[in-house]
Amino acid sequence: MNYSEKVLDHFTRPRNVGEIPDANAIGEVGNAKCGDIMKMYLKIEDDTIQDVKFKTFGCGAAVATSSMATEMIKGKSIAEVLKLTNQAVMEALDGLPPVKIHCSVLAEQAVKAALTDYYTRLGIDPKPIVGEVPEMAE
Amino acid sequence: MSERRIYADHAATTAVSDEVLQEILPYFQEHFGNPSSIYGRGRENERAIIDARKRVANVLGAQPNEIFFTAGGSESDNWAIKGVADKLSEKGKKHIITSAFEHHAVLHTCEFLEKHGFEITYLPVSPEGLIDPQQVEDAIREDTALVTIMYANNEIGTIQPIPEIGAICKKNGVLFHTDAVQAIGNVPVNVKAQNIDLLSLSGHKFHAPKGIGVLYVRRGIQLSNLIHGGGQESGKRAGTENVPGIIGIAKALELATADIPGKIAKLTPLRDKLIDGILKIDQTRLNGDRNRRLAGNVNVSIVGIEGESLLLLLDQYGIQASSGSACTSGSLDPSHVLLSLGLAHEVAHGSLRLSFGEEFTEEDADYILEVIPQIVDRLRSMSPMWESLTQSGKRLV
Repeated sequence: MNYSEKVLDHFTRPRNVGEIPDANAIGEVGNAKCGDIMKMYLKIEDDTIQDVKFKTFGCGAAVATSSMATEMIKGKSIAEVLKLTNQAVMEALDGLPPVKIHCSVLAEQAVKAALTDYYTRLGIDPKPIVGEVPEMAE
Repeated sequence: MSERRIYADHAATTAVSDEVLQEILPYFQEHFGNPSSIYGRGRENERAIIDARKRVANVLGAQPNEIFFTAGGSESDNWAIKGVADKLSEKGKKHIITSAFEHHAVLHTCEFLEKHGFEITYLPVSPEGLIDPQQVEDAIREDTALVTIMYANNEIGTIQPIPEIGAICKKNGVLFHTDAVQAIGNVPVNVKAQNIDLLSLSGHKFHAPKGIGVLYVRRGIQLSNLIHGGGQESGKRAGTENVPGIIGIAKALELATADIPGKIAKLTPLRDKLIDGILKIDQTRLNGDRNRRLAGNVNVSIVGIEGESLLLLLDQYGIQASSGSACTSGSLDPSHVLLSLGLAHEVAHGSLRLSFGEEFTEEDADYILEVIPQIVDRLRSMSPMWESLTQSGKRLV
């Protein structure tokens, strides 16, 4: 597998690993059967991502895309975070091997799943804001 | 980055040994002639090939005219299966018996034949990774053309009861092919004593160069050609001979089989030490029978982590290994070998194969056992799968 230096860097020294005990938004995507699970914890205040942490079970690209996604959304407004695409995560990592593109999709979905959770907790229908996020399979 | 380098992926490939390299180097420049040429330069090489063929035959317990040189294990497997299938289908025999955990060179060839009207029986594998000879016998039919069962599995290293299967095939008058790519040099192989009709070898698994293989075909077996063209290999396999490869595989085969008991005696304790050490980690399992396995093969599943991540971190510590996770196979499913044992996908994703050769030392094993628990702790601490397993108290193995 030919990973870029950036992917290897984010894999070996992942940023923002862990949990946020008082997170007000948690999203989990992927499933163990397919070999990837990403769990994203957000602390959102004043419509801004004050803190973000993640946990990932998966390959090098899964860890690296999760790590990069957390860096890209930390301190950003929800409006900006909603514009995050898997393409942007991939570009920030100097590209991914074709078989690993789905990892960047998962990273985007993990962020959106957390935002879905955030609005759901507030009693606001997340769909018009966040869009559809695939349910976690068993 | 680590100073240490431990190559624990011998089942993937090996380096050309110094002895083999010295023997083949003259054949790249000085002795470059085409063995088919009439002048001395060509005739010398023809003689070198005759000699190499004798040496290979000698090791396998075969006759020189039963040895054919190919481009590797995959070609040997393709040729054996397609060649027999083509010949015997003329006699109405269109059934082949194989197993669920063969190498893809065998499985995909069988799938190809399935599309061309052949019926394939894929024998199930026991949870320990062994084929029951009785199942082979039960599967044999009137129209069975061939049984093809690997000698030792490439991922989990389990050694199959090949002499027993050979005897059953002989008794029932069915041809028997075995892919011995992983077994050779680790298990005593004798085609006559073990009733093997066709046998595949690949040079680069035992310190010959890549791109050279052998197919043994018992005399009298009709086999259609796979590679058509010139009259090389008694008109059975066209293409100008890979002279350095042929010299190299003969030399490497002699070296690899010179002291099999010595190799087994040296590597078995190291293998068992690795297995015992890794199984001390919570929620781990050995894949494949513990005793009926190659002396240089360890295959374990470590629950809660994914194989590719494990390999990338092992590489940081200078340890080169492989995994049957989906991520390392470039597909969505983990290894068909691990799934054939009945492993859940999530357990198969966390697999690790360590395969080593004679240069492997006790210090290497100690170092690996020092590194693996650290990596496992690190990956599990960031794994949501491990988190939910520990919270629910559920165990997958």
